[in-house]
Amino acid sequence: MASEANDKIMSLREAAKLVPSGAHISLGGFTTQRHPMAFVHELIRQKKRNLHFYGHSPGGDLDMLIGAGCIKRVELAYEADEAFARIGPCFRRAVEGGKIEWEDYSNFGMVQRFAAGAMGIPFIPTRTMLGSDIVKKEGFSEKTRSDPKIAPKKLAVMNCPFTGDKIILLPAIQTDVTIIHAQVVDAQGTIRIYGQNFGDEQQAKCAKKLIVTCEEIVEPEELREYPEHNLIPFFRVNAIVKVPYGAHPYACYRYYDYDPEFLRMYHRVARNDKTFREFLNEYVFGVSDWEKYLTKIGDRKLRALKADKKLGYAPALKRR
Amino acid sequence: MVKRYAKDYKLIELMAVAAAREIRDGEVVFAGTGLPMLGAMLAQQTHAPNCVIVFEAGAVDCKLTHLPMSVGDPRTMRFASTATGLFDVFSTILQRGYIDVGFLSGAQIDAYGNINATCIGDYHRPKVRFPGSGGSGDIACLSKRTIIIAVHEKRRFPERVDYITSPGWIDGPGGRERAGLKWGGPVAVLTNLGVLRFDERTKRAYLVSYHPGVTPKQVKENTGFELDVSRAKKTEPPTEAEIKILRKKVDPEGIFLKKVAAEE
Repeated sequence: MASEANDKIMSLREAAKLVPSGAHISLGGFTTQRHPMAFVHELIRQKKRNLHFYGHSPGGDLDMLIGAGCIKRVELAYEADEAFARIGPCFRRAVEGGKIEWEDYSNFGMVQRFAAGAMGIPFIPTRTMLGSDIVKKEGFSEKTRSDPKIAPKKLAVMNCPFTGDKIILLPAIQTDVTIIHAQVVDAQGTIRIYGQNFGDEQQAKCAKKLIVTCEEIVEPEELREYPEHNLIPFFRVNAIVKVPYGAHPYACYRYYDYDPEFLRMYHRVARNDKTFREFLNEYVFGVSDWEKYLTKIGDRKLRALKADKKLGYAPALKRR
Repeated sequence: MVKRYAKDYKLIELMAVAAAREIRDGEVVFAGTGLPMLGAMLAQQTHAPNCVIVFEAGAVDCKLTHLPMSVGDPRTMRFASTATGLFDVFSTILQRGYIDVGFLSGAQIDAYGNINATCIGDYHRPKVRFPGSGGSGDIACLSKRTIIIAVHEKRRFPERVDYITSPGWIDGPGGRERAGLKWGGPVAVLTNLGVLRFDERTKRAYLVSYHPGVTPKQVKENTGFELDVSRAKKTEPPTEAEIKILRKKVDPEGIFLKKVAAEE
């Protein structure tokens, strides 16, 4: 088992090669929390193209991938960094300019679709979204819907065969690859997440291939002493990459906070193609790896973001 | 006890107080980022100490000490009862019928309390794109009642929204039932000019109160649909105690209170 386990531990560069252009992917995290940002940078650096993205509430992770030209289609509920930006600037430009294809659902709708995929069932019934235009308006064209990897319909409305209630059926999602960022993973791949897991559990478990980036890799004995605190069993994990501060500028509960200064800068520069391009050249293409990126961010900043052990965040962080 | 009304306060503070007053003690509250958080935290520290604050990202019954900037913020974890994720919170709390009051906002609100958080213009070639539903469509469908918070401008208050992201009363009486929704619906719209509620018979919004310094005529002029202002009174101002708690305990960092209301 030991040798098999060690095969899973790899570099970002190797792990990103497991995502071919055109793959159907999903990324963990929620708005300003725990996105696998180091991995996102590597996808951009390796110039992936035509990715089909599934999310509930992504933030700058998806926004950056869109701006860098990696994304062809999205199925999601929301794209913004909440208090830092009311909409992802690259996402907005891409939709308004017709550069990507999109399909809207609600957050609950999307996590149910991941859950259905994780359970191995073809659809899931729900009471949400009834009465909304999410039900009435389809984003994808018939041609897109004829792709066998994409559900032939956005959703279906029917009466429950048992109660007669009007309900919506949502098609399951099984991603080619899901990438999440966790606090701790053991050398075999067992994943532990501290704090809310957002939709990571369903996104990870519906994946055909699962890549986890993490703050720490520990011995299996450490995580197996309290298995009830672990989220994903080791055999579901295909690749493990240790990347401290791998979610920067987003928060990683009990490890570090979100970086308000960086996020404000991002949302300023991402508002137009030219300054966004300069941002990519400086922070993604201009550095060879995540370590160099962190050197650029600087020790002083990283120390200021470090979470208070008891609170799980940085209470003295300047947020205005 | 005689209420001492505050003399010096900002509009955003008045709105946070109005949001807090919509929450009753012991209720389960679904709060979003910004004003709903301010309102829920204020309610918890004043008249509703036993309200249960739930965030869609996973934290349940949060006892917030620092104001979150996201519904998934690590700050929502502080002394929470449980912390799971969206699937659990949406299915076993919201869809199961345990949310008493949910807060919503959006780019456009219409006469029936429908909200657009998706786009202006044609859905396939939008003039302006917004972030999308997030959890707001879910909260609108499945909370027992919802409170809408909005900036009051004519273009944001059309007769009909361009896209219904979060259904209100849809097309009037019986609209929700016809759509298959079993319960819920908007009860109030809190704006920077006043408070609207929905007529029980017609399900259309009407003006209940206008804020100090605002006239009913002004509210009417800033509303894109025909607004009944005949029942309107002046909004009860915030008390000194509410303003003090808001500034000292809820948002001492000035994260939302120091923003201008129009940014919300």
